Amino acid sequence: MAELVLHVNREERRTEAAEGEPLLWVLRNRLGLTGTKYGCGEGQCGACTVLLNGEPVRSCLTPASAVSDAQITTIEGLAREGELTAVQEAFLEEGAFQCAYCTSGMILAATALLEKHPHPSDAQVLTAMNGNVCRCGTYPRIKAAIARASDTRKKEAEHAHA
Amino acid sequence: MPTHELDVELGFKGVQERVRAFELDRRTFLRLCGGGLLVCLSASDTMADAQESGRHFGGHERPQEISDWIRIDIDGRVTVCTGKVEVGQNIRTSLAQSVAEELRAPFGSIAMVMGDTDLVPWDAGTFGSQTTPTMGPQLRNMAAAARQLLVETAAQRWSCDPAELEAADGKVTNPGTRASLTYGEITRGEKLTRTVRGDPPLTPASAWKIAGTPELKVNGRDFVTGRHRYPSDIVRQGMWFGKVLRPAGFQATLVSADTSAAEKMPGVQVIRDGDFIGLVAGDVWTAELALGKIEAQWKVPPQISNRELFAAIRKGGGGDTREGAASDLERALSDAPVKLEQTYTVAYIAHAPLEPRAAVAEWQDGKLTVWTGTQRPFGVKDELVRAFRLSPDKVRVLMPDMGSGYGGKHTGECALEAARLARAAGRPVKLIWTREEEFTWAYFRPAGVMDVRGAAQQDGTLAAWEHHNYNSGPSGLHTPYKVGTKVEEYHEWEEPPLAQGSYRGLAATANHFARECAMDELAHAVGMDPLAFRMKNLEDARLMAVFMAAAERFGWGREKSTPERGFGIAGGTEKGGYTAACVEVAMDAQKKVRIRRVVQAWESGAVVNPDGLRNQVMGAAVQAIGGGLFESIQFANGKILNAHFADYRVPRFADAPEVEVVLIDRKDLPSAGAGETGIVAVAPAVGNALFAATGQRLRSMPMAVGTIGS
Repeated sequence: MAELVLHVNREERRTEAAEGEPLLWVLRNRLGLTGTKYGCGEGQCGACTVLLNGEPVRSCLTPASAVSDAQITTIEGLAREGELTAVQEAFLEEGAFQCAYCTSGMILAATALLEKHPHPSDAQVLTAMNGNVCRCGTYPRIKAAIARASDTRKKEAEHAHA
Repeated sequence: MPTHELDVELGFKGVQERVRAFELDRRTFLRLCGGGLLVCLSASDTMADAQESGRHFGGHERPQEISDWIRIDIDGRVTVCTGKVEVGQNIRTSLAQSVAEELRAPFGSIAMVMGDTDLVPWDAGTFGSQTTPTMGPQLRNMAAAARQLLVETAAQRWSCDPAELEAADGKVTNPGTRASLTYGEITRGEKLTRTVRGDPPLTPASAWKIAGTPELKVNGRDFVTGRHRYPSDIVRQGMWFGKVLRPAGFQATLVSADTSAAEKMPGVQVIRDGDFIGLVAGDVWTAELALGKIEAQWKVPPQISNRELFAAIRKGGGGDTREGAASDLERALSDAPVKLEQTYTVAYIAHAPLEPRAAVAEWQDGKLTVWTGTQRPFGVKDELVRAFRLSPDKVRVLMPDMGSGYGGKHTGECALEAARLARAAGRPVKLIWTREEEFTWAYFRPAGVMDVRGAAQQDGTLAAWEHHNYNSGPSGLHTPYKVGTKVEEYHEWEEPPLAQGSYRGLAATANHFARECAMDELAHAVGMDPLAFRMKNLEDARLMAVFMAAAERFGWGREKSTPERGFGIAGGTEKGGYTAACVEVAMDAQKKVRIRRVVQAWESGAVVNPDGLRNQVMGAAVQAIGGGLFESIQFANGKILNAHFADYRVPRFADAPEVEVVLIDRKDLPSAGAGETGIVAVAPAVGNALFAATGQRLRSMPMAVGTIGS
């Protein structure tokens, strides 16, 4: 068991972790951030997706000790002062989930996608999202939510520059 | 639901054993604290239907006396209790709409308490598409009775005739005097109860204002912020994490186990009880490492594999029963000019809910409390009561809205294991099954063989029909097409090699695949358009309507199939839902297949929540692609060979076609459930489209063809 400092959702968090303990379990079981989900433990489903310096990673395959220098963003860290991001709003408005167990990972993967490609092509959506499984089959609505979030961000950007 | 269907849901090997009946006292009547309105119910016909299954399971009688369902507090907040659970079908939202409608209360004032065995009336479970047709009317009855009681109480207070008063938006108003009281003001300081007898008049769907309108998931914000606590997210004070040692194969017996290395690890407690070996640790990673240090020898008896499966299924179901079939059928088959004789198969597939089985168990003062993901909280409670020889009032099961089930979470093995570990450890224990455990130690949708013979006149009139289902089940076995002479039989396999159980749609998927592909084959054999052939042989107006609706929106018949592009159609009805799907498949130069477009029409009576319903039908269509094209459990000698998402392919973004859902809202008909039957039409429609494009007929699910992104 070793002490560990992580930078999670704009806060410095002191905790400990067993040797080799994946970030997923540290977030969920030591820091109380259960919005990050276990789906397979093998990087095959995307339920455990978090952002590391803005890049989506599989927290189930990432040892916590390896990311102490990075800025980690989990689903709990997206909204600021209760205000949802455009991606979160879009998932809500499109009803882009059923059981929603995949939703944290989907929203984080989509957030990273839109940072990189504000107006992603279908192929870019596919590349960014194909590793995230929605067993309920809501992919068409998730695609619609990504398109909606892209539009919202564009309008917000235009508004900011006006 | 009819008894035979419930037997099918729970009657499969490996499931029934886990749901053995044992006597339970009737649940003690829950006393509500403080004031408020309490609506009670005595047995009525509606109740009898909703609780039908109680006569067969766990010794539960139909509740003959009062139970509580609805409470209105001083601030007008409405709490509704039901044993049904939310697994992603968004029933929490649509039941709340129904209650708000009949109560004449704001939608936002309704809170549903679901699946907590200490707080809600007993219920068999959430399966069989039964919540909307049975729990819906039951809660509507309660709400309508509550509204009557509120109006009568207000009338007493104002010394007027209740008939002069109006209830709307959480208030009772006297239009004459303009006096108005909120529901909270009416109930304040008094405990009002009523025993409901018979069925109060319900608001017809044509007059609905809250039900019948699109509502987004009630607590959707909790899901996009990570705030919602699924069963696997529950945390208790002092909780540790459990692991269970799994056998090396099915039907294995333990030869030896050395747990000493695990026991030496600091903070690890090994728990042995016969063949059960588990452990707990303060963190899940240490628990996982410790489990890996246990060295166990198992003896696994030889067992069959995929290769022998279909022959074994036929043999297990009594052999080929087509021989010596009824002479009327033989005559009808031989007299007709166009004949078909084919065999169709479906593989074992896994539910693979994204949240695997999970449970947190806590023993306190002799009472066991378990939070777990299950479609049958009272069923799991029964299992716990039995396993630990506890009095029923000493066991509470809570079911937080979970990460889906699709019929795969009827049983309580994970809850039992967590409770066992927690008792031995003397502290709360969380157990989350790994993906490999979920793929291996849950149960499967049964594989099956379908033998079909059909015959038609040259003009397309169906003359004879024979459909045998071996092992996969009787759901959806009966043809909706007019045919003079038919034989339809289900042949049970007593000893299947894998644990089999419920699945979204049960065998309706397999039987529709066989029937709708066979119908397509017959249509081609008589030289008719597949849609025209079906319409010629249908007289069920509801089924005809969905076929026409799908075909119209799709533009069926506008273009002819080519080798690169095929169009297919299929449909059917089961559990009160009517569906038809038109699909377009595309073949690339490498013969890879992509489903480009699905138009699925759906009708299940009056629509309660059009947004939720569209979501269900769309999701079912996407999920259907998995079983239709590539999902298949591979096994040999008691081992699952593809127990990982890397090897067991589920539909992903790249597989998802454009899906268009056409809803037919029959406000004149009662609402049926819609969680399952949306899955039955896509696979045969895809098979039919592939035939139209390539001339090759695929009769085994999965149809074993790739798609882009594979």
